[in-house]
Amino acid sequence: MDDLVIARSLFGTTMAFHIIFATLGVGIPLLILLAELLYQKTKDRDYAVMAKRWTKGLAVLLGVAIPSGTIAGVQLSLLWPGFMEVIGKVMSLPFQIEIYAFFIEALFMSIYVYAADRISPWMRIVSVCFVALGASASAILITNVHAFEGTPAGFRIENGEIVDVDPWAAFFNPSFFVTAGHVVLSAYMTGAFVLASIAAYQLLRARQDERVRRFHQKALKLSLTIGGVFSLLTAINGHESAQLLHEYQPEKLAAAEGLFDTQSHAPLAIGGWTDPKTQSVKWAIEIPWALSFLAGNRFDTVVKGLNDFPKEWWPPLFVHTLFNAMVGIGMFLLVLSIAAWIWQKRRASLDFPRSFLYSFVAAGPLAVIGIECGWIFACTGRQPWVIYRMMKTEDAVTQTENLALLFALFVAIYVLLSIAVVLVLRYYFRRHPVADDLRPSPGEDTLSV
Amino acid sequence: MTNELIAVSVLWGFIFIYAVMATMDFGAGFWSMIYIHRARANATKIANRYLSPTWEVTNVFIVAIVVALFSFFPGAAFLLGTVLLVPGSIILILLAIRSAFLVFAHVAKEYEKALTYISGLTGIIIPALLISVLPITHGTFIEVDAGVPTLDLKRFFTSAHAYSFMGFAISSTLFLSSLLLADYSLEAGDREAYRLYRRNAWITGPISLLMAGGIMLTMRNEAAWLYDNMMEYWPWLAGSVAMFAAAGMALLLPSSKHPGVRGRPRLAVVAIVIQYFLASYAYGKAHLPYMVYPDVTIESAFTHPDTFRALFVSYIVGFLILFPGFVYFWRLFMHDKRYVRPK
Repeated sequence: MDDLVIARSLFGTTMAFHIIFATLGVGIPLLILLAELLYQKTKDRDYAVMAKRWTKGLAVLLGVAIPSGTIAGVQLSLLWPGFMEVIGKVMSLPFQIEIYAFFIEALFMSIYVYAADRISPWMRIVSVCFVALGASASAILITNVHAFEGTPAGFRIENGEIVDVDPWAAFFNPSFFVTAGHVVLSAYMTGAFVLASIAAYQLLRARQDERVRRFHQKALKLSLTIGGVFSLLTAINGHESAQLLHEYQPEKLAAAEGLFDTQSHAPLAIGGWTDPKTQSVKWAIEIPWALSFLAGNRFDTVVKGLNDFPKEWWPPLFVHTLFNAMVGIGMFLLVLSIAAWIWQKRRASLDFPRSFLYSFVAAGPLAVIGIECGWIFACTGRQPWVIYRMMKTEDAVTQTENLALLFALFVAIYVLLSIAVVLVLRYYFRRHPVADDLRPSPGEDTLSV
Repeated sequence: MTNELIAVSVLWGFIFIYAVMATMDFGAGFWSMIYIHRARANATKIANRYLSPTWEVTNVFIVAIVVALFSFFPGAAFLLGTVLLVPGSIILILLAIRSAFLVFAHVAKEYEKALTYISGLTGIIIPALLISVLPITHGTFIEVDAGVPTLDLKRFFTSAHAYSFMGFAISSTLFLSSLLLADYSLEAGDREAYRLYRRNAWITGPISLLMAGGIMLTMRNEAAWLYDNMMEYWPWLAGSVAMFAAAGMALLLPSSKHPGVRGRPRLAVVAIVIQYFLASYAYGKAHLPYMVYPDVTIESAFTHPDTFRALFVSYIVGFLILFPGFVYFWRLFMHDKRYVRPK
């Protein structure tokens, strides 16, 4: 492997690892906030217990999210010094502002966890609001850098020099709102479905006392509702994202859909894989005219095909599969939440049949896979560029060689942390079953970690 | 003051704040490991009580430093990013292990000891690696090979100067954290822990001063330009040593608040922070205009002026927003008797 491939693999692995914890770190605080609010509204202690247990899990996840985020941030400078030189001059604002968001999240997370018993319920809600706000803002700001890579603005490169710098124009680059929105909405969705998975898994376990069952049912209802709402919003926003590609990165959309010839009334290819020899998507289900409609809301929209671009600018063609997986999972989750909602309205009961519960258990991991596919699609679909049409990835990479050992080291550390985090979570929640939390006892409100 | 000077002051300010907070953080982790077997001493509990809410906030500062570096001085980020790939990666890996296991240790009580050992030991190595960035910026370990800058590891690991920095980092970590925890213990009303940490400060303080002397001695041989510049700032260095002496005195005075207790640790902590500030000011000032000697200066590495202006505004707004949060945080965890005193 050459050093560029290793550098990309190393950074890609870091992001793939970090994104799991970061996504949950954005999504779960929203659910904690809602549980706290429901507790204040209904005075049902179950919601307080729910908030407490989710917070405990979140604290453990943050123990990995924070250092892995630190790694990602520093690795940008270590592996892509050429890229960061441009970012430093043009696009450093989001990084800078993200630091403030990060501070807000860290300060109030500590306050919410370690001072919970000393502050008023009102102040607790304010604290958890700030945690959720800080986490979401960090995600929005960091995604903005990613948006800038796809739709750069606010500078020009003339004879290798960066000129005409306008940091705010770079900040509000064309895809900022849609791309950042996509990441945050899908993070809320994923956080909710992961918690729904846990609740559904608990409900599937045999012989439980009624009290514990009701607790998990409430948790399931809350997280499914939120998951459903945000999967709908993610889908709407995803449609806008595709239209944005059509406008700003047409070869990425063409690769996502395996479209080779520019045409109006372009078909949408679902499934299959792209074959560059025959210039078609093999074994795909084609829906005539659908791609044109998705790209421009009209069937006669002309969608550019890959053949309009020089071959060395083509993204890798396997992104079609990633794109399909992301969209497919999103659709499945949306349909699942709607089905669950209808079932529950009809029967006026939360005793979902087992088949339903099994699908809920699958929903969380599927959402995480969807997020991963989306990120890999978004980043490999931009290749060979690190900044679209401005800077190639190969020109940004470090000139230091022998990255293979470092790659191995980082992979080892991610494997170690993954195993450890699963063991610690299992250990803690086995030692502290819900039943113990539900039993009222003096001094129960301490949330100390 | 030029834009470049403002920017480098902000950056150096972050580095100083992080250095102080991180030495306390890593040191507290180390002490909590050392005293974990002595069931009677509350020393571990006190260290953890300080550590639990603060490590996340401390960790943000290291990201803030990196961001300030590449946003204010993208030119330096290129060279440093290339040269620091290996040491930087090792720091990142250790930092990840340290933070994660610190959290794990609090959650998985049964495995607390083993997990605390992992986080305590990795934590004490990190300051030594972090401080290595400073001697690397002195330039003697950077070689440019066919246009590609590389770090001469062999030269680095045989340099007395590099080792004196590392020794200084480790001893300072132990010193500052002992002093802070002494203050924290007294605040918590735990005299046994107080005596323990005060004694540790007595031992590690002079060692760290000795190490600082070692840095100056070796600097004379290995970075003469910096040594000469620093000597221009000798009053600052003298003031720094004086504050060290003042801190020693403060530990000898009888306490005004706690009858029968010897030492005023709060005063000593303040004196020591001033001591480190004076020394780091002299070092930083003498280092200028170079960021990485002799190729990168604050002028040559500086960002685009419009970007600087936008960043500067964001700093002011960010500070105004965050300041109340920090005050609230301080009051809840450093000042609130209900938290500081164990039940």
